Amino acid sequence: MGYKIPREAADNLFKGLGKHYEIFAPKVFSGEGCFSDTGIIRYGTVRTLAEIEFEKKSDYSFKEALLPINETCLYFTENTSSVPAGEEKKRLIFLRSCDLHALRRLDAIYLENGPEDFYYKRRRERTLFVLMGCPETCDTGFCVSMGTAQTDAYDLYLKVSDTFVWADCKSKELSPFFKGFLEECEPETAKSVSLQVEPEFPKSNKESVTLPVSFSDDILSHPIWEAYGNRCIGCGRCNFVCPTCTCFTMQDIHYRDNEKAGERRRVWASCQVDGYTDIAGGNSFRKSQGDRLRFKALHKIRDFEKRFDYPMCVGCGRCEAVCPEYISYINIINTLAKEGI
Amino acid sequence: MSLDINTKKAKKNAYRISKERGIGASRVRVPGGYLKAEILGMVQKIAETYGNGIVHLTTRQGFEIEGIHLEDMDAINQMLQPIIELLDINQTEKGGGYPASGTRNVSACIGNNVCPFANYNTAKFAKRIEKEIFPNDLHFKIALTGCPNDCAKVRLHDFGIIGMTMPQYDPARCVACKACIKGCKNFSVDALRMENYKIVRDTEKCIGCGVCITKCPTRAFTRSEKKYYRLSIMGRTGKRNPRLGKDFLIWADEDSIVKIILNTYRFVKEYIDQAAPGGKEHIGYIIDRTGFAEYKKWALDGVQLLPETIVNECIYWDGIHYG
Repeated sequence: MGYKIPREAADNLFKGLGKHYEIFAPKVFSGEGCFSDTGIIRYGTVRTLAEIEFEKKSDYSFKEALLPINETCLYFTENTSSVPAGEEKKRLIFLRSCDLHALRRLDAIYLENGPEDFYYKRRRERTLFVLMGCPETCDTGFCVSMGTAQTDAYDLYLKVSDTFVWADCKSKELSPFFKGFLEECEPETAKSVSLQVEPEFPKSNKESVTLPVSFSDDILSHPIWEAYGNRCIGCGRCNFVCPTCTCFTMQDIHYRDNEKAGERRRVWASCQVDGYTDIAGGNSFRKSQGDRLRFKALHKIRDFEKRFDYPMCVGCGRCEAVCPEYISYINIINTLAKEGI
Repeated sequence: MSLDINTKKAKKNAYRISKERGIGASRVRVPGGYLKAEILGMVQKIAETYGNGIVHLTTRQGFEIEGIHLEDMDAINQMLQPIIELLDINQTEKGGGYPASGTRNVSACIGNNVCPFANYNTAKFAKRIEKEIFPNDLHFKIALTGCPNDCAKVRLHDFGIIGMTMPQYDPARCVACKACIKGCKNFSVDALRMENYKIVRDTEKCIGCGVCITKCPTRAFTRSEKKYYRLSIMGRTGKRNPRLGKDFLIWADEDSIVKIILNTYRFVKEYIDQAAPGGKEHIGYIIDRTGFAEYKKWALDGVQLLPETIVNECIYWDGIHYG
């Protein structure tokens, strides 16, 4: 159901939501960028609409609001262990269409790929998703090419201006928050008004990709991997900003004051960073950055699709924007497609 | 042609008396080396109108317009006026050219306007110092550099200002990728290690260069909100005892540094050798005479240092002694 709410009333509504939900949204963290006097847009908790960055795409995706970078899975002492309690509050996560499509990929990996993941599931079940529109395309996204530019899988859609907030509430759980505001939206008629609010989606992007139609084994020895591999520094930024990268590693921590107690954590991992393919005995598989790049690129556009019938990549373009060595993932895909591999 | 030129006055008006009789050079000082490109055109015009068409890029980030006739100084001063205004140089007499002599141009590396390693805006800080100290006949050399790489070679200056940042670490964002550890080891001082998959920073070793922050792929390491500086003092080149500057303050703030520089002018006025040629004596030699303790007393007078600022209580310089 659609609503047009004066900004001040919407700000109060938002405060009300905050009492019931932990709200995660993209925020500008000024001064926290890589370089001096630069900021970064990443997810954090918000209490007001004004804190949310609606215009620019976040540098880091929403996934950290659902999959913490560090998550304690269990605490252990000599003979016992316990699972940490889940969060008290439910969550609301603000995100864009590409990211909602990424959520489907996260669900596939954590819920539909063998046994369900306990930690993901308990948080996911208590999370609602608020869509932010994209009236303009971002610089590096190619969601239109990937078919992720539009979605109706949201619980709530919000569009803000200085004077009004437009909402489309699909969630029964959230609709009570909007009830009191209906009359405020058209005070002259003192009637509730049925309003259609349609999310804004980008119709075209600055970038477009063509996915390769089929892949032959020649792809494994394509010179592009070595060429880009020589430039890659293996920092893993492309993985950490990606809304669909789901890999983690395990860490067992023994507390320094008492080594018989400790905790087991799972922590984000990157297939580009040293150590990812290390195994017992000291061997590791993909040693060169070129091999690692190939693994990642093909996972995004081929290997995941083999299992789930749709590509993993949602075309958000964050990896393209973040790479410090200007390695263009878009160019990699288009090169493979052009050469008909 | 007879020439009656007050060379002392000309030198204090930023003109060089060259080795060729009647010919000098006009020195255009650019604080922090930061200028609008249109100034280049103005310099060109002076060089082509009154000089020999050649401009020397000075070691202290200025232009030296060669081959000017000393009798043209007044006309050149008129042409310098828009440059002086664009650069916001303190001027005693409008149209009178550069009113500077002893205190040298405050030079700076490119800083965080451009450089990914720089920890602050060097040009902005250079201009702030410029406004505080110019014009001045005492011999001071001040330079600023964005990070401990010291591309501006500030340790050869009386005051060398080196940008620092206090790394802020959020363990909840750390994925133990070791990019910071490798970065610190390869590019800096190897001050980081991992314990229980989290980073431990050796605060005694850390020089605040910020490499860990630029390397971190998850924003676990970020910069401190406050900008910090290392203040190296009394480095110098020259004939008798060239030497590198030594750290006076570590983790200092901008305001304190400006005050210390101003205090040092007072110190020099008090203790300068009255017989010094041209009223100029390197500060370092004055401190060698008075002792560092006396200098420190003057330098820190009325200065409110940050609680985290480390003050070196004793400094002994070395360098090469020729005389």
